[in-house]
Amino acid sequence: MSTIATSAPDIAIDVHGLSKSFGGREVVHDLSMQVRRGSIYGFLGPNGSGKTTTIRMLCGLLTPDSGDGSCLGYDIRRDADRIKRQVGYMTQRFSLYQDLSVRENLEFVARLYGMPDARGAAHEMIGRIGLNGREEQLAGNLSGGWKQRLALGACTLPNPRLLLLDEPTAGVDPKARRDFWNEIHALAAEGLTVLVSTHYMDEAERCHEIAYIAYGHLLTHGTVEEVIAESALSTFTVSGDDLNGLAGELTGKPGIDMVAPFGTSLHVSGRDKAALDATIASYRDDPRWHWQDSQPSLEDVFIDLMGRSKDNFQG
Amino acid sequence: MTAIDAVHPGVETREPAFGFWRRSYAMLVKEFIQLRRDRVSFAMIVMIPVMQLLLFGYAINTTPRHLPTAVLIQEDSDLGRSILKAMENTAYFRFTRKVHDVAEFDDLLKSGKVLFGVEIPRGFERAVRRGDKPALLVAADATDPIAASSALGALGALVQTALEHDLHVGDAPDMPFEIRTHARYNPAAESRLNIVPGLVGTILTMTMLIFTALSVTREIERGTMESLLSMPIKPVEVMFGKIIPYVIVGFVQASLIVGIGVLLFGVPILGSVLLLAALTTLFITTNLSIGYTFSTIVQNQLQAMQLSMMFFLPSILLSGFMFPFAGMPLWAQYLGEGLPLTHYVRIVRAIMLKGAGLANLQYDTIALIVLMLVAMTIAVTRFRRTLD
Repeated sequence: MSTIATSAPDIAIDVHGLSKSFGGREVVHDLSMQVRRGSIYGFLGPNGSGKTTTIRMLCGLLTPDSGDGSCLGYDIRRDADRIKRQVGYMTQRFSLYQDLSVRENLEFVARLYGMPDARGAAHEMIGRIGLNGREEQLAGNLSGGWKQRLALGACTLPNPRLLLLDEPTAGVDPKARRDFWNEIHALAAEGLTVLVSTHYMDEAERCHEIAYIAYGHLLTHGTVEEVIAESALSTFTVSGDDLNGLAGELTGKPGIDMVAPFGTSLHVSGRDKAALDATIASYRDDPRWHWQDSQPSLEDVFIDLMGRSKDNFQG
Repeated sequence: MTAIDAVHPGVETREPAFGFWRRSYAMLVKEFIQLRRDRVSFAMIVMIPVMQLLLFGYAINTTPRHLPTAVLIQEDSDLGRSILKAMENTAYFRFTRKVHDVAEFDDLLKSGKVLFGVEIPRGFERAVRRGDKPALLVAADATDPIAASSALGALGALVQTALEHDLHVGDAPDMPFEIRTHARYNPAAESRLNIVPGLVGTILTMTMLIFTALSVTREIERGTMESLLSMPIKPVEVMFGKIIPYVIVGFVQASLIVGIGVLLFGVPILGSVLLLAALTTLFITTNLSIGYTFSTIVQNQLQAMQLSMMFFLPSILLSGFMFPFAGMPLWAQYLGEGLPLTHYVRIVRAIMLKGAGLANLQYDTIALIVLMLVAMTIAVTRFRRTLD
């Protein structure tokens, strides 16, 4: 078969220059990315940044306007059918049949993929996702957390090699989220590649690698440490009284790009370390506040990226 | 919250003047905007009344003329020719076939290719001159009493006309020959015999079309299409999966209607029940395919319903179910040939009332198969495999 692409065997997703427009508006612009086999790749970015569109292009649900690449070694343009056999896609909105029971939904998926023992496979999956006793409940009547489990179960049922999860934990409680991530790590340990989009910083930090996308542009990628280091952002953590007043005073001063309250402390960040130091010098001696040189958090980095990309791409 | 946003205590929020009208107006503006965006609905607002008016106004004729008629000529005579001429002059009859044996004559009537048959017997002219009062047979397909009745009514005056012009007998007190009309298949001209079989097709058209017309849009609107498309299923597979369950539903429905028709309305099934079942299944599948095609074309369930209505309306009016098919102008007949109900109405009436067999119904059966295949082909090519 000529369909086996030339990319290295340990690369699951390898795409170059993907672009996609809807009604004249470019949603994804010249996006290139590589995802290693067996890794958990976090896809971050604000709402409407093109995450969902990118994921849909990867699994053949959308045809890119330009660009090419491979997914599991198959061409994303020509081999959508083969890709679909080996990819589990969990949509942002619950997209299983609300009027089918848990068991019926899973059996439907199993039959559709031509699994020899659909009933057995569904039964086994029900046990694995902990939905025992709810087999006959209609999917539409499940709570958010259970629906999410069922959706994950449905897309892992046909033993895919790649999972594409589009904001899988939106609106799910912390316990369920943690269980979910444990499951994702267990699956990755079995060799499954997982691409997951999320808004949550703590989830981003659970990924092996992350990419940040805004306004259709992939702005940065790498491990969490790499992304933070690459941002060249200097951050001070300030604690003490009247932080609100301090925030008001600092905002907009030279060298200060971002002031953000974090609980009882304040994060003051800037890209120009010298200018930042000069501006805060007079405040550092004030006994009301305690200044501490610290690492920027991933959130600081992303808010900063978001602010800058807004200037760059929104005119 | 700034001071401006704050509600001042003690100051009551007053109901604005003309509140009812303002709110109604706001709603009205919104509805108009939405209506303008929904171009299909907008088109339907224009199309449905225009179509209805044109169909009712031009195509439907309850005293149909130029009805296809076969002539069985056993004798070539001046009198025979002038009788046929006079018949054609009434504008009710149009001679489309000339046959030479009785079997062919019966076949044409049974298959519905002609609505009337005129037989001029051997030695007719001589018998008239001898004063034997021979009989001229006019056989009518009375399964549709409306189509047959006015034409048969015109036959009385016809004799006079024919005699005056060609026989020069003057106003004879006695008729030199008699016209023996034979209303076949439905001699009592009972309209229920005509309506009930047609209803089977009409009801099936309505229900089957809507079942599948909603099927794809429902998946899109509920969001399940996204995950369905991400799985390895092909458009043809989706189509068969969605059509086949309703074939069974339709079959049950058809059995119910036919059963009631036979038991309650006393409509006979003269032909083969098996053939009726087979062709009914074909008709059901054709309608389901067309409904499914609609669902791959429209954007939402409302449009699907509208498109189904759009199809249903001409089906009722142009299929020959309500009004005689042969009485419609040619363009309307061509349109009618494109509707499955037209062919099924012929099939179901022919099997139930005339006892027709498959040999008589070849044309309509093939037409149904062609319509089904065309619909399926469009559906499969129209089915969007991506969310583009």
